[in-house]
Amino acid sequence: MQSNTQVIRIEPSKGWVALQLQELWAYRELLYFLIWRDVMVRYKQTALGAAWAIIQPIFTMLVFSLFFGRLGKIPSDGIPYPIFTYAALVPWTFFSQGLSQASNSLVGSANLIKKVYFPRLCVPIAAVTSGFIDFALAFMVLLGMMLYYGILPGGKVIWLPVLLLLTVTTSLGVSLWLSALNVHFRDVRHIIPFLTQLWLFATPIAYPSSLLSEPWRTLYSLNPMVGVVEGFRWALLGAETAPGPMVMISFLAALVILVSGIFYFRRREKTFADIV
Amino acid sequence: MGDIAIRVEEIGKKYRIGRPEKYKTLRDTLASSFTAPFLRVGRLLRGEVTVDTGQDEQFWALKEVSFEVRQGEVIGVIGGNGAGKSTLLKILSRITEPTTGFAEIHGRVASLLEVGTGFHQELTGRENTYLNGAILGMNKKEIDRKFDEIVAFSEVEKFIDTPVKHYSSGMYLRLAFAVAAHLEPEILIVDEVLAVGDAGFQQKCLGKMGAVAKEGRTVLFVSHNMGAITQLCGRAVQLEKGRLKRTGSAGEVVAAYLSSVAGTELKSSWSDESFTPGGSDVRFRSARLLSPDEQPLSIINFNESLLVEIAYEIKVPIRNLSVTCLLYDSMNHLVFESMDTDMPEWNGCIREPDSYCATTKIPSLLLRPGRYHLSFAAFVEGVRVIAQLRRVLTFDVSGVGYTLQPKRDGIVSPVLDWKVCRFGENGRMV
Repeated sequence: MQSNTQVIRIEPSKGWVALQLQELWAYRELLYFLIWRDVMVRYKQTALGAAWAIIQPIFTMLVFSLFFGRLGKIPSDGIPYPIFTYAALVPWTFFSQGLSQASNSLVGSANLIKKVYFPRLCVPIAAVTSGFIDFALAFMVLLGMMLYYGILPGGKVIWLPVLLLLTVTTSLGVSLWLSALNVHFRDVRHIIPFLTQLWLFATPIAYPSSLLSEPWRTLYSLNPMVGVVEGFRWALLGAETAPGPMVMISFLAALVILVSGIFYFRRREKTFADIV
Repeated sequence: MGDIAIRVEEIGKKYRIGRPEKYKTLRDTLASSFTAPFLRVGRLLRGEVTVDTGQDEQFWALKEVSFEVRQGEVIGVIGGNGAGKSTLLKILSRITEPTTGFAEIHGRVASLLEVGTGFHQELTGRENTYLNGAILGMNKKEIDRKFDEIVAFSEVEKFIDTPVKHYSSGMYLRLAFAVAAHLEPEILIVDEVLAVGDAGFQQKCLGKMGAVAKEGRTVLFVSHNMGAITQLCGRAVQLEKGRLKRTGSAGEVVAAYLSSVAGTELKSSWSDESFTPGGSDVRFRSARLLSPDEQPLSIINFNESLLVEIAYEIKVPIRNLSVTCLLYDSMNHLVFESMDTDMPEWNGCIREPDSYCATTKIPSLLLRPGRYHLSFAAFVEGVRVIAQLRRVLTFDVSGVGYTLQPKRDGIVSPVLDWKVCRFGENGRMV
């Protein structure tokens, strides 16, 4: 509880506003409740419930395995194709789901935004983070597949949290841009499906990035999801692709997206309640 | 005590309203729907906020509003629709930013612009209590501590683990208000939360608000309910078209406000021949409210009677025609209906074509303080409605000097004469 002397000053903000991330910290309980709400509500009144979390990546894996692996004979760095593509689909699904949930999150919470003050950043952050449950479920399936194919991860698996952080950074960064844009331009809603589809093929999910030669391969990882996918295969499946430089570049790109996203979001934030 | 709790200094808020677009051909529309995205992306990249096309009109929802609220003070904000009350609340709640000026708030503040904000239909009452509590600024420990109290106050114990989508609207409101009522801020900003729910619920809200005020907290309260303002608030500010019109004691400001709106709402007339609501057999000419000495009324106090006058013209002979006057309260409850043919001599009469003027008196000490609307209709009992005028007159009954408990149930609260006898032990009147 704050002290008596706390003074809030309300005045017009000019230009690029300070990020005030400490305020986000002050509101961490609300953030926690919003995440909890999104998790609770996600599969309410669905027949299959949380099974949806694994149905999507598994079916995509089956389709990819059939068309790209079997028929297309696409190489997979010496790893069985199904697990090769599924290991990429697990972080990818987290990313794309986060994107579609978060980009609509501000508009979906219009009622809240018009009636209560809180750092608006909470809304897309909650939408992205609540996808972790789905991620965990899909990840279990991945572990099961690794057992089946007899693939044991080596010590490289300790890098997994870093890769996860990269996934969240990317997902949040893009989501902040899209959610803030969506308040002003509902066009975003129409862009999302085909944006994620294009991005899916711009990321080495159905094919290995080793198809590309240097320096293009490294440049390719300006798409942060390239670093994520290559990193996951390297850390879990032991793909010998040495993605170090790729992950570094992806991280830089993701940070640029995230930081610019936060700034853009904060700048637009003051107009949300009037427009949404 | 005596320190400033809220300071509002030259606050202004500008909105832009896009002009309606001119008529365009389909071809233009199609063409622009292809080019517009590019133009808009261009504007966006230049950092312009608005989506609307260049020609925007500016509109000041608030302009140069300044006032101060001392700690422990309960202040009412009144004004007609579009006066800027909601905008002021939104600025003080930090939902939207002012365009000019600034405000300072000293202390922990909670604002309640709506009950049940963030309630999720799919979640249970228990889950929503936590969610809503967090949204209103309580932390989990606080909610844990008050949970039983909140549930008891809401009277929905049995259904607390049922999704709120299965709640009746009354249960939903009670739970939502119960959460809000257990906030413990130093400063409370409340919008018209009392405008929803039934009379019992409203009284419960009012009672809670009064209790909060008595605890020495600062309350800023917006309402259309003049009775509530005079009961709860010590001081009031009146906004008009975004500007501060007057400040002063709640009684004075309310009285002045009521008299300023009175002139336009206590009288209506229709001289236009083309105005024939519901057909041309009966035409309404005018309707107005008068004091008992037939002066146009400016303020109606609960202890004054008032005259209702309706003038109309009958064009063709009609048997059993009545002109009825319907009084609705602010919740749109029908308080009563009364007909100009209620007197027995009219029974079965044919009304001949002519001009008529019917007047009746609404007695004093009958209506409770609040806002009322009058509708009129001309009809033949059980056969047809000939003409209708909905909500043509609006008036407020002010509660200055009102002594009855506001918590009393009932649509009207007549002050009746009571004769109370007391008998001693021997059965004799004392």
